Amino acid sequence: MTTGTELPPPNLPGGVGQLPEVHLDPQMLRQLAEAQVNVELDTGDMILNLGPQHPATHGTLRLVVRLDGERVIAADPVIGYMHRGYEKLTEYRTYPQITTLINRIDWLSSFANEVPFIAGAEMLMGIEAPPRAQYIRTILTELSRIATFLLFLGEMGLQVGAITPAFYGFRDREYVLNLIEAVTGGRFHPNFNRIGGLKDDLPWGWNSDTRTTMRKVLESCDEFENLVVGNPIFEQRTRSIGIIPADLGAAYGVSGSNIRASGVDWDLRRDGNPHLPYNEIEWKVWTHPDGDSFARYWVRLQETRESARMVLQLIDQMPSGPIMSKVPRIIKVPEGEVWVNTENPLGEMGYYIVSKGATGPFRVKIRSASFSNVSILPWMLRGVYVPDIITILASLYFILGDIDR
Amino acid sequence: MPGAEVEATESSVAEATASTIVESGALDDAATQMLARLEAELGDAIVEHGATYGDVVVRVRPDAWRRTATFCKEELGCDYLSFVSAIDWMPTPAIVDEGSGDTSTPAQPKETTYGVAGSGGRFQVFAIVASTRGAHQRVVLKTDLDDAQPHIESWVPVYPGADWHERETWEMFGIVFDGHPALRHLYLPFEFEGHPLRKDYPLLAREVKPWPGLVDVEPMPGEDSDDTDAAAVEAS
Amino acid sequence: MGLISSGNSPKPLTWLLNYSRKYSLWMFQWGLACCAIEMGAALAGPRYDVMRLGVIPFPASPRQADLIVISGTVTDKMAPAIKRLYEQMPDPKYVISMGSCANCGGPYWDSYSVTKGVDQIIPVDVYVPGCPPRPEAFIQGIVMLQERIQNENPSERWRATQRDPIVVG
Repeated sequence: MTTGTELPPPNLPGGVGQLPEVHLDPQMLRQLAEAQVNVELDTGDMILNLGPQHPATHGTLRLVVRLDGERVIAADPVIGYMHRGYEKLTEYRTYPQITTLINRIDWLSSFANEVPFIAGAEMLMGIEAPPRAQYIRTILTELSRIATFLLFLGEMGLQVGAITPAFYGFRDREYVLNLIEAVTGGRFHPNFNRIGGLKDDLPWGWNSDTRTTMRKVLESCDEFENLVVGNPIFEQRTRSIGIIPADLGAAYGVSGSNIRASGVDWDLRRDGNPHLPYNEIEWKVWTHPDGDSFARYWVRLQETRESARMVLQLIDQMPSGPIMSKVPRIIKVPEGEVWVNTENPLGEMGYYIVSKGATGPFRVKIRSASFSNVSILPWMLRGVYVPDIITILASLYFILGDIDR
Repeated sequence: MPGAEVEATESSVAEATASTIVESGALDDAATQMLARLEAELGDAIVEHGATYGDVVVRVRPDAWRRTATFCKEELGCDYLSFVSAIDWMPTPAIVDEGSGDTSTPAQPKETTYGVAGSGGRFQVFAIVASTRGAHQRVVLKTDLDDAQPHIESWVPVYPGADWHERETWEMFGIVFDGHPALRHLYLPFEFEGHPLRKDYPLLAREVKPWPGLVDVEPMPGEDSDDTDAAAVEAS
Repeated sequence: MGLISSGNSPKPLTWLLNYSRKYSLWMFQWGLACCAIEMGAALAGPRYDVMRLGVIPFPASPRQADLIVISGTVTDKMAPAIKRLYEQMPDPKYVISMGSCANCGGPYWDSYSVTKGVDQIIPVDVYVPGCPPRPEAFIQGIVMLQERIQNENPSERWRATQRDPIVVG
């Protein structure tokens, strides 16, 4: 954890005030993490342990915070309670087996995790999925994005104290999961990508069902806007809380909606090489200049609407044709290295695949978005009040599987 | 074979509008210019460079690791840190016998080969930095480490986000980052011994127990069992 | 109660106690991984509403819960916390192991940091297989557990050291 002496202080409403300078040496940090509380403490401070089991931490994240009254002096996230050793497992598995496994990294938007990996393997093999498969991949990625964001929109309300949006979020998410299930057979963890294309084509009547559902999604976004965004209590809880300055956020590796809410106009679907036909439809990148929790909520709300509109366009423009290109039965990916990153719902997710010509990779480095998003917490939580910790955690929107891999 | 160490020619812009096939080794104009600026600044600190599917890969000497980061952040405009990690180039140990026809686990080659831009030894630290503005260029940086006592300068003063990435790399590979504020365990419990992502760290469960999906092995419908490749159908 | 531990509880009283216990299961909120989302859909989603069965997911403290659902991968780092929280729950308590990661390690069975099933740490009453199991499968697990509770002899359970688990599906 950086002690923060070289970094600028976080922007807090009312300023940082009389915050004492804290230098935690590695020994004390280790003891904090090991939960041995018989540490020599200055009088007047309290160490509060949030998690790993806590209703508000989205899973098994543990935050050890040192408090002075209600204000945080130092915070240290302890992660690893969901560490499953993905990078070691990929060295002992073949490509189809890895596809099954990497669905579960970001377990809310599972389809989107597979896409960069499969795209990387296809690049190494020098093949390309047919256009129809690429369109269907894009549609399913955007549907996963909508499903994740609907959960976020509902659940951030829950963290701040409003219980109703959570029910709306889960209800609307069910419609989208029904669509994904109709195509892939699984509500999430579809395991639907194959090297060279997809497993199956769309079922009959799916296009019209999707159009209906996207219109429902657009209506429910309006509901969220009325219910949550327009609510003065929500605004008071989230405005000016947890401001991430754009340059510091980028140096920490914060990506996705979090950095776009700080005014950075950067979206890998437009600016990177997404291997998907995003440049054939009209869509817009949403940013917000403030960089606080409210901005992050607002940006994700707009992106949900944008994704729904994108799906409607993609269905109208979808080409016909095969969904799988010709690949050998047992796939050996030739030697090489490739880096593929895409705009996943949580941020930038990428795979650096090192292949040596076998049926499985030699090394896969999985770059997951929430890992970097959460690494900014020690800097951001200094001087913040305890209820605002929960707001900040909710607005950053991380998934523990994505942090811990 | 040191991989795709093709000369980057300015004329080969690889992307067609709808096609996603990128030739390995080809670089577009922005990437070529960036490579030229890196060469101009770092000079002989660059040991080798290469290209992989549109990305510039530059291997620098270990003593120039932080200098490279500062140059990328300040001069090249790469303000965004994607990740810092490491590769262990020792060959993956085999856990199934060669001739048994068991295709549930990939049979990795037994010789040590290095990837794009080569390597000086077993351990290599690599990082990717990118730019959120302008041409959105990105560069893959690699550097070699000592095999016996791997250590390298820390990037934390340049990119504060490297803090957690370096902690993870230390934990998984045993690489010490000099100048890091507090190298301690990130993912694993504090009493964990060993560095799991090293190739000589055994995955005990696989050595003891075979792949469970191997029980029902039968040919696909409409196909004989004497196919050209090994006919074991793995549970996919 | 003295009646239960001595085994002299009359049948109508046992029936009444079991009936009230099975329809007021308070479930400790313990979502670890992807299965937690399916559990959340079963609990909070209006479609698979599990509160109509009497399972109420409110208690955030283990001292007030009588059902714990381990949903998701159990890692070696997390295992002591699970053990401690299980021991904090008062008897009679029930454990549902949801998903293949909690049943046997799941797709990560060969990982260096995953516990191969939560039954290595705590005794399990119901195994719900799946990856992730559908909310309907989870509700089936709860219903089967409720049937078992209805027909249970609380004294035997008090004295039992072994569990005889149900496997759904």
